[in-house]
Amino acid sequence: MSSTGSESREGRGEGVSSDGRALSSGGWSPSEREIRRRSFRRRAALRYGLIAAGSSALVLGTLLIVLVTSPGFTTLSDTFFNWVYGAQVLPKVLLGFMTNVTLTVIAASCVAIFGLAIALLRTSRSPALTPFRFLATVYVDLFRGIPMILVILLVGFGIPALRIPGLTNNVLILGTLAVIITYTAYVAEVLRSGILTVHPSQRAGARSLGLSHFQSLRHVVLPQALKRVTPPLLNDLIALIKDTGLVSILGVTDAVRAAQIASSRSFNYTPYVVAAIVFLLVTIPLTRFTDRAIRRSIERQNAQGLA
Amino acid sequence: MSNKSALKVDSLRKSFGSELVLDSVSFDVPEGSATVLIGASGSGKSTLLRCINLLEQIDDGAIFLDEEEITNPEIDIDQTRRKIAMVFQAFNLFPHKTVRENITLAPVIVHRLTRDEANQRADELLKRFGLYEKAEQYPDRLSGGQQQRVAIIRALAVNPRVLLLDEVTSALDPVLVNEVLMTVKELKEDQSSAMTMVIATHEMGFAQQVGDQVCFLEGGAVVEIGASAQVLKDPQDKRTKDFLRKVHEAGRL
Repeated sequence: MSSTGSESREGRGEGVSSDGRALSSGGWSPSEREIRRRSFRRRAALRYGLIAAGSSALVLGTLLIVLVTSPGFTTLSDTFFNWVYGAQVLPKVLLGFMTNVTLTVIAASCVAIFGLAIALLRTSRSPALTPFRFLATVYVDLFRGIPMILVILLVGFGIPALRIPGLTNNVLILGTLAVIITYTAYVAEVLRSGILTVHPSQRAGARSLGLSHFQSLRHVVLPQALKRVTPPLLNDLIALIKDTGLVSILGVTDAVRAAQIASSRSFNYTPYVVAAIVFLLVTIPLTRFTDRAIRRSIERQNAQGLA
Repeated sequence: MSNKSALKVDSLRKSFGSELVLDSVSFDVPEGSATVLIGASGSGKSTLLRCINLLEQIDDGAIFLDEEEITNPEIDIDQTRRKIAMVFQAFNLFPHKTVRENITLAPVIVHRLTRDEANQRADELLKRFGLYEKAEQYPDRLSGGQQQRVAIIRALAVNPRVLLLDEVTSALDPVLVNEVLMTVKELKEDQSSAMTMVIATHEMGFAQQVGDQVCFLEGGAVVEIGASAQVLKDPQDKRTKDFLRKVHEAGRL
């Protein structure tokens, strides 16, 4: 048993090991023990795969059977999954979805800039900035605490009611503004928490090299903070994509509104399902992509992943 | 010290991709003795310790703890790790827990001690190593030497069969180095319950004081192994002589 382990040592550099096996390149071939170990690991992996496949088939199969054999299944599939009708309304839903996408791109860019500004303001120490720090805190407290639908109504209907000349009455712009105001408050807090998790020694290291307060933030603190808060920021981005649908209450025709119009004409709910799928087609790949990006960046930095 | 082997490494082989890091490494660590691994950075010392703690999957060979093969994939890794404790170069203390909480974490949740028993044992160890007054502090508030001593206590608190020390003084200044080395030495003082240890270090004086056996690694292979005084004072292999001369020239012997 214990003698098998020394085979590789004896066989090294001779081209053929003691039992006559041909050696792989580098003059080493696995010992009996290692071969046994590998075959055990292979069997364990196979067993794992079989159990996973078996349990998946059982659970998903049962769910499917329960669903299909339930008494209301035909009505359900016709009311929610009428694909012929779904294909008819798809262009309208997609057209509406372009509004969601445009709105998301504009809002996300503005939120990133304003959110970062407020996070930096709230983490600053300068005495001159005290009143701004105070205002930033009040702003965050207010708009994180008010339901976004109220902010949309207040901005969308309230600002036109002021009748100030030069101010827009465009509900799309006002709706976007309301979304930006709300999300900036959320994102500022996520960024601030990220900045606070970076250990003070990092700032000390940067300052000791002669970097200014702002340079330390820009080159040392923020890059680490952003990496840590990427998952919650992604959460907020996905929530933002979905919440752009709320501006439909101001009369903007987005994907949600387009689906609503279609389904109220036909009393069939397939358009809603179509709209849901369109949203998923964007949010799921986005999630997977970001997950992979984060994992890669962690693997690049950390030498020892295992344990 | 009995001659019963506590830890046995047999023809260990480990590579990362195409790079061979450990090549047919074999040695025995008798119960209650200390084996010191010396060698240049990159010679495979740390990887060897990580293999013993099953943090790396080995490519060939075997490691035995009390005559049981721990590299057998059929046995439970976590069960094995309960018997082996490791102290790291960078301390690896949990910054969100106090010193006492760091020490009692594994005894309570892994070894099922009651909170009181674990606290009592932690306080005994803290008193023994002169850190009792730091029990409520968070690691970040301690000096490097104190942090490393806490890490050693944390490892001891689980009553390991074998203690692995991976360049535990490399991140410390000479004064702090000494306090940590004294702590390790203390683990060998009591002959009846001396800790079995495998120590990777660059401190040759320490290697001689604490090590019963010294093992010189180069390029992942054991070049010379023997009683510490013999290997350090009267090395036989030319490569060992060269290494020790360089260390001596650097003023560390």
